[in-house]
Amino acid sequence: MTLTDEPTTVTEPAKEVGSARLRKEDGRLITGKTNWTDNMVLPGMLHMAFLRSPVAHGTISNLDVSAAKDRPNVVAVFTGQDFKDEQGSIPCAWPVTPDMVNPGHPSIAVDTVNHVGEAVAIVVARTRTAAVDAVEAIDVDYTNIPVVLDMEEAVKDGADLVHASTSSNTSYHFVFDAGEAGTGTDTDAAFADAEVTVSRRFVQQRLIPAFMEPRSAVVGVSGDNYTLWSATQIPHILRVMGALTTGIPEHKLRVVAPDVGGGFGGKLQVCPEEILALLVARRLGKPVKWTETRSESLMTAHHGRDQVQFIDVAAKKDGTVTGLRVRLLADMGAYLRLITPGVPALGAFMFPGIYKFPAYRFECDGVFTNKVPTDAYRGAGRPEATFAIERIMDELAVELDMDPMELRRKNWINAEEFPFTSVAGLQYDSGDYEQATQAALELLGYDELRAEQKQRRESGDPVQLGIGISTFTEMCGLAPSRVLGSLAFGAGGWEQASIRMLPTGKVEVITGSTPHGQGHETAWSQIAADQLGVPFEDIEVLHGDTAVSARGLDTYGSRSLVVGGTAVVKAAEKVVAKARKIAAHLLEASEDDLEFSGGKFSVKGTPGAGLGIQEIALAIFAAHDYPEGIEPSIDAEAAFDPVNFSFPHGTHLCAMEVDTDTGFVKIRKYACVDDIGNIVNPIIVEGQMHGGLAQGISQALYEEAIYDADGNLTTGTFVDYLVPSAMDLPTFHTGNTTHAATSNPLGAKGVGEAGCIASTPAVVNAALDAVRHLGVKDILMPLTPERVWRAIHQGGDGGARAAEGSNAYGGARTTESGYEEAK
Amino acid sequence: MTQINVRVDGASYVDDVEPRTLLVHYLREQLGKVGTVVGCDTSNCGACTVHLDGESVKSCTVLAVQADGSEVTTIEGIADGATLHPMQKAFHEQHGLQCGYCTPGMIMASIDLLKNNPNPSEHEIREGIEGNLCRCTGYVNIVRAVQQAAGEMSSTTTGAQA
Ligand code: FES
Ligand code: FES
Repeated sequence: MTLTDEPTTVTEPAKEVGSARLRKEDGRLITGKTNWTDNMVLPGMLHMAFLRSPVAHGTISNLDVSAAKDRPNVVAVFTGQDFKDEQGSIPCAWPVTPDMVNPGHPSIAVDTVNHVGEAVAIVVARTRTAAVDAVEAIDVDYTNIPVVLDMEEAVKDGADLVHASTSSNTSYHFVFDAGEAGTGTDTDAAFADAEVTVSRRFVQQRLIPAFMEPRSAVVGVSGDNYTLWSATQIPHILRVMGALTTGIPEHKLRVVAPDVGGGFGGKLQVCPEEILALLVARRLGKPVKWTETRSESLMTAHHGRDQVQFIDVAAKKDGTVTGLRVRLLADMGAYLRLITPGVPALGAFMFPGIYKFPAYRFECDGVFTNKVPTDAYRGAGRPEATFAIERIMDELAVELDMDPMELRRKNWINAEEFPFTSVAGLQYDSGDYEQATQAALELLGYDELRAEQKQRRESGDPVQLGIGISTFTEMCGLAPSRVLGSLAFGAGGWEQASIRMLPTGKVEVITGSTPHGQGHETAWSQIAADQLGVPFEDIEVLHGDTAVSARGLDTYGSRSLVVGGTAVVKAAEKVVAKARKIAAHLLEASEDDLEFSGGKFSVKGTPGAGLGIQEIALAIFAAHDYPEGIEPSIDAEAAFDPVNFSFPHGTHLCAMEVDTDTGFVKIRKYACVDDIGNIVNPIIVEGQMHGGLAQGISQALYEEAIYDADGNLTTGTFVDYLVPSAMDLPTFHTGNTTHAATSNPLGAKGVGEAGCIASTPAVVNAALDAVRHLGVKDILMPLTPERVWRAIHQGGDGGARAAEGSNAYGGARTTESGYEEAK
Repeated sequence: MTQINVRVDGASYVDDVEPRTLLVHYLREQLGKVGTVVGCDTSNCGACTVHLDGESVKSCTVLAVQADGSEVTTIEGIADGATLHPMQKAFHEQHGLQCGYCTPGMIMASIDLLKNNPNPSEHEIREGIEGNLCRCTGYVNIVRAVQQAAGEMSSTTTGAQA
């Protein structure tokens, strides 16, 4: 289903862009002819295996690796002592405040361990199995230090410390106050004058990205040149950071991301193991490989989310919202990785959502605990913000006895108000919330389901029905470099593309945005085909190898198409401009008299005669006849730096059946209509929506990383960490409205994160809507049957999933405490 | 070391393996059949699914020595030359994959599913691939792919292959 308004920017009519092209990349993936990092074998390659800490907090009191060294086929065993002078620190690129405390993040523990799974020793052996076997022979003892797990305890005065070198467990205190920033009015005054206030404490549980391809790194050595193949989302960033961290000069380090099996932010990292693979290869002068097991992955790759959110909303009795106040505790884990502290800051500007709050204040404490660090996971900061605002809008509706959609409608930005500057100072580009909502209501069959809900209530049916709403927007297309600079981020947000016009007329498009399942090869071919007028099949998209794609900032934050796709447009424009000069020369016409259409230059008013751009590529390769004063090439490259973010939006509706006898929840129907701007490939877009929905719904229903009271991850395998199967998810009903983004010529807004950001609150709101009449006010995520049953039959929020006292959030707790109590 | 004889994707191999070697590691590390991948260590994900004497198995849950004397078919052995297996074609045409890491196992499991139930309902498809995890697609398009393949395979006289 597609609804189209007059686009606010008009792009050229195009035949490839917008068409449902099947993916180019599938051929190798469906036949097993793949290039996963772990497939790589180099002559003489050695294998690395890690001894990892079984304690969450302790000093290493004894570490004897001699027996391991004597094991057959073991080449070397290293400990933190061997690398302490050269390992540096895993970089943190986002010091969100000037006084943020970063205690440093060694890749391998030197004398202290701060989370379970931290690397303590490395065995290097001829085979994978020999390395793993020898790890068993290492003799190690730890002296335990009190473990810090609960953020609300950790921030209290006198709390046990994660890092002895710091004075508290708070890494930073980040504040955005719209009144002070001049983008809104005074928040305290808004609350003082409020007719109604609602305060809630929400928990964003810790999640694990759980990409299907485990992380893997292979390092090749050639003299003082190193090549790092890695299952990474960010080969370009990894090259810069890897060079800075290890001291390998940047021009001696090549990073390649071959086929990468998913990432979702989980491979947006400079991993300790990648750094250690480089250090070991350099030390031994030999190629090495490391591939993690799934349990290693769940335990040591970074996690996501993990916030306690205190949120207050002020409103008038008629439902008009007048103020919003947010205070977060954000779990950093034991260390700061690449953008650990920045994730909540990315969400800071999105809590107001689509609503016209006049006043807004945001505060966040980044808190250290003895757990694996958190970092980017699909949506990174924005799902957390969307959850909080969409949940509290429902709570406000209950408080005011208003229809939750009416409350939203009363407060959202109207179509004619775009572009709209939000209270957080963001300029929302385009959209129509009413239109998307109407379409979503129809897609769901809202009225019939409401009627059924009423009937089930009246008959006291043990299976109750609820409908949950999430009307959301998100900030995509990361990012304008100057804005990132103003937020103290360590890099820019531009993207690069180059186009090589080969002599036979074939075209290479080189992108700095490295895909791991998103279909860049197909979408970029569509864009280039339209821009250059060459066949889709004649285009090859190259990526992921810093020796081929020299500049780039990789794939995350729904940025690839918006920023990287636009760079392709810009590079193609340069190619055409260069070709035009040669065409004019060869056609003996003035440049101004040439028109370019369908890949062909022709002289205006002289149809028929003309020269194709692919022919020009051959002519300039021969270079026998071209104008004086220009270079013999029509190749070009371009970097694109957006001036604004893009703001996809949509309305997500979930109909949920809750069995009040068993607590079992089942999605009856899920419908959503998203506005992601212009669509390059509807098949890919639908796939991205589906995948995002699955992850967002799964946060609501299934997933939670649980640590026990000693800091052991008890969800360290796929037996315990519930990645949903086909049986656990419904069919999704998706649709689109189209309001072009105004910040890029493609008019694209970004789709990678939308489903994941929007869906979680829709699901939880639906479950609560089903059982609110039974006195249930909140249920902690994930909504396990046990929790739902307890919330219905025992009151409260369903409580902790782990045993009493062992939950990282301090066990079961429901309060209506908001901001004041939290302070 | 134990000697085994196996046929994999139509070729015969004789190899010495450690008794503890898993079939998936034998395929990947000794035979270079890297189309079959490993996604977990608890037999949950199904990424390693192959056919052992025509039955779908998780090759991380089978020892290489157990495959002695058997016929193994992997994702690399189901196409007929340049002609894709209908299930491969359906995954492509229905966009049943994104990163493609789960895909070899998903395709092998789906072929087995249709062998046992040529005309499955949506629910039966979902149940049939329950042992295969995909983190990218949300499964809707995988279900569609299996439905398409079921349609195509039942309308050809050759029926289920591999
Ligand atoms: S690797 Fe075999 S089931 Fe996961
Ligand atoms: S396509 Fe990526 S895990 Fe299934």
